[in-house]
Amino acid sequence: MTAQSLDISLTVNGDAVSDRVEARKTLVDFLREDLALTGSHVGCEHGVCGACTVRVDGEIVRGCLMLAVQCDGATVQTIEGLSDSGELADLQAAFEQRNALQCGYCTPGMLAAAQDLLRKGGVPSRDAIREHISGNYCRCTGYHAIVDAIEAVAQERTKVRAGDKP
Amino acid sequence: MKISDDSPPVLTALDRPNSYIGRSVPRPNLHRLTQGRGQYVSDVTLPRMAHVAYVRSPHAHAEIKSIATNAAKKAPGVIAVVTGAELAKVMTPWVGVLTHLKGLKSAPQYPIAVERACWQGEAVCAIVARTRAQAEDAAELIDIAYRPLPAVTDAETALDAATPTIHASLGDNLCFERKLEVGAPDKAFAEADAVVETTFVFGRHTGVTTEPRAVVADWNEGERRLTVYQATQAPHMMQNLFAKHLDLAEHQVRVLTKDVGGSFGIKVHTYADEMATVALSKLLKRPVKFVADRIESFVTDIHARDHRIKAKIGVNKDGSIAAFEIDDLTGIGPYSVYPRTSGIEANQVVNLIGGPYTCGNYRARARVVFQNKNVMCQYRAVGHPIAVAVTEGLVELAAAKIGMDPLEIRRRNLIADEAYPYTSAAGLKFEKLSHHESLAHLDSLMNYAALRAEQKKLREKGVYRGLGFASFIEVTNPSAAFYGVGGARISSQDGATVKLDAQGALIVASGVSEQGQGAESVIAQCVASAFGIGIDRVRVTMGDTDNTPYGGGTWASRAAGIGGEAAWQAGKALRANVLAVAASVLQAKPEALDIRSGVVVDAANGAERLPLEELARIVYFRPDTLPAGIQPELIATRHYVPRAWPFAFTNGVQASYLEVDPDTGFVKLLKHWCVEDCGTIINPQLVDEQIRGGVVQGIGAALFEQCLYDERGQMLNGNMADYLVPMAAEMPDIECGHVVSPTADSELGAKGAGEAGTAGAPACVMNAINDALRPLGAQPLTDMPFTPGKILRALGKV
Repeated sequence: MTAQSLDISLTVNGDAVSDRVEARKTLVDFLREDLALTGSHVGCEHGVCGACTVRVDGEIVRGCLMLAVQCDGATVQTIEGLSDSGELADLQAAFEQRNALQCGYCTPGMLAAAQDLLRKGGVPSRDAIREHISGNYCRCTGYHAIVDAIEAVAQERTKVRAGDKP
Repeated sequence: MKISDDSPPVLTALDRPNSYIGRSVPRPNLHRLTQGRGQYVSDVTLPRMAHVAYVRSPHAHAEIKSIATNAAKKAPGVIAVVTGAELAKVMTPWVGVLTHLKGLKSAPQYPIAVERACWQGEAVCAIVARTRAQAEDAAELIDIAYRPLPAVTDAETALDAATPTIHASLGDNLCFERKLEVGAPDKAFAEADAVVETTFVFGRHTGVTTEPRAVVADWNEGERRLTVYQATQAPHMMQNLFAKHLDLAEHQVRVLTKDVGGSFGIKVHTYADEMATVALSKLLKRPVKFVADRIESFVTDIHARDHRIKAKIGVNKDGSIAAFEIDDLTGIGPYSVYPRTSGIEANQVVNLIGGPYTCGNYRARARVVFQNKNVMCQYRAVGHPIAVAVTEGLVELAAAKIGMDPLEIRRRNLIADEAYPYTSAAGLKFEKLSHHESLAHLDSLMNYAALRAEQKKLREKGVYRGLGFASFIEVTNPSAAFYGVGGARISSQDGATVKLDAQGALIVASGVSEQGQGAESVIAQCVASAFGIGIDRVRVTMGDTDNTPYGGGTWASRAAGIGGEAAWQAGKALRANVLAVAASVLQAKPEALDIRSGVVVDAANGAERLPLEELARIVYFRPDTLPAGIQPELIATRHYVPRAWPFAFTNGVQASYLEVDPDTGFVKLLKHWCVEDCGTIINPQLVDEQIRGGVVQGIGAALFEQCLYDERGQMLNGNMADYLVPMAAEMPDIECGHVVSPTADSELGAKGAGEAGTAGAPACVMNAINDALRPLGAQPLTDMPFTPGKILRALGKV
């Protein structure tokens, strides 16, 4: 069981990272333990709860189902990076305004999943929103407020986009 | 979000200028959490910190004959391998009993099993290593010889003479029994026009907090002090227990609780592996971290609600309920959980059955038995979902039997809104409830008549929709009657300290704690309103036994009603202190002054006299300019405990509208409503979100959640793929309404709201499913969770 280690280079939240990691180490453990990016959370460790959802090369993935070594050469964005860039600012504000989080443990993953839907544009129905976040477990809110917040941001962004048109 | 129209007109005592009471103020801690900048215990790392992994018993019941540790001790990164016998020299065992639950007994429990493992998942050996991965690698090298013992798994036969006794020293497998008889139930049943009898079964389930249990214990040999970073709901309770079982003084122990990833009652108990982690830190003189993985969570986080209840209701043709009778049997695992015990849930069931109704004839028996499964204890809404499902299930079955509308039978039996104070058949004392007003509000909120018409029309098209209801009561704001009188050092009082900083802002320390409910916001709202300052200038600290007033923490819906009142009173006290200083500076009478929006003003006309910044500057830096003899006191502490009532009961009523597919047995939830009365509403949004989250947790119990065990005591579905929890796609929108009956026990008048949703939702969903299936001649479903298979069986299709 001697762990094999490999060298990887990747971009995490805009920073170039080179490190030596055990081949068995998951992406979320690498982010949390090696890079101290503790905003991504570990909930179930088998891809069900979505607390570890991060963005890799533009797609959302489960940080517990991907190995760090698979991210060699990849661009990884976590809640820390998505917050600092301002990309999620309106969504975060809507979650806060609507109390769409209680304990906050699922929130980084939930925001990443919600933004993934919102980036597709338009105003999805409440059912479509529920369907899209149905891989992200929240024990606190009962989801209603989360759906409200995502719906409100979709409406707002659509309005802004429409307003932008000449 | 139907709430503004429900708010009370004006609550005079609370109606201060710039009051935040009754306003949906966003929580101050949310910005941190949405950015991923929270600090959960699983995020904590300390210098020299080691990680522990536990080897857990694969057997439900086994003698531990030997533990071979040599190979593991030599594995890379391993710091120590410690057995139960070794750790027993560091930490004393505990027994989960309370003296007021007469006859309740349990056996000593050790941090790590000694000689015998009593459930699958009990820790048998600890491996401490530099990383968790290294500890887990080494765990595979531990060789434990077990001699399997017969496992007691079926609660029904746990008390049979032929069944082995789990703890020989206790004599039998009975943990606790309670019997109650009120009025003349036999006579009432004999004279009733109809009697309905059935058996309700509740699936053992668990909290599934998104963040598993986590603890970092740091024994500093240099200061002889223990600091424990723990995701707990009750920091002071844990401080007491760590000190007690490590033979330390309480002041040698500091418990720090920052962000907690969900609690729901799961994190208010003593867990052997957390106690062991603390003991390991003391033994090894360095920080040790334990974070449960998901499988460990399923087999060691407390389970709850494993009850089988034979139940009976007598009813007359006019709808009047003649009598209730129940016989409850519940299996709680091998130990009564410390220190709250595993007898409370059954005790609550006995207390709460029939609680909303005037019926005075009641017989109950509850038996709590030991078994070789994971332990059961208090989980959100303790006992309520069971009692409400039994009561409301019986009421709707009785209504169907006599052909009466389910709302009408309730109207004829609910305690009248004018009847308070009132004592229930089981002896519960109600200060002021509003069952009828709540029911009327629900009726109009959901447009009951229209839904009935829609249901009828759709049935003709072969679409089977159902409406189900549940009236309920909820225990909140517990006094010492809950635990203190039974000998547990669990504080029912709570405190708040408020101080003015040197720039005129307020720093508040509160004994209640935050796990997402919004306690931090509620405390800030109470202080800001009582004192007279913008909420953006109030900072709240919690979860630190060194730096907060002694308190009970956050459980049993107590944070707002008890912690909030303490904060309110502390804010008022500091206001008086500040006005005394201001009066001396301004040469005015204190009563002629007020504080509004952070400025000392003339009470009469609001004219600004002295900003708080200036007052603070004078007091802290130029006290020489104050009049002679003035010694300002810009800090105040107040404590509060309910004195007039043992509990502040709340009430409410829920409704579920759903559709059952008779071909597949699938249930589609269409809408859910809850009207509740938690007294004064401090923050309407937070109350609604407690209700909604609670409702969904209750829906989980009704439709999905069950810890499945086989006859050998092996949990079969200890992962989140096989143990189903409510996810967004299956959940309905939930509409909330409110009636406001403040408690006169406190100035604030707030009662709790954390458990109302969970209390009523399972009953509602059950009743709605049975309402949907009634025209198809299905047997009433009373065995939760209502899986598609059970529904098809009830329809006779499989």
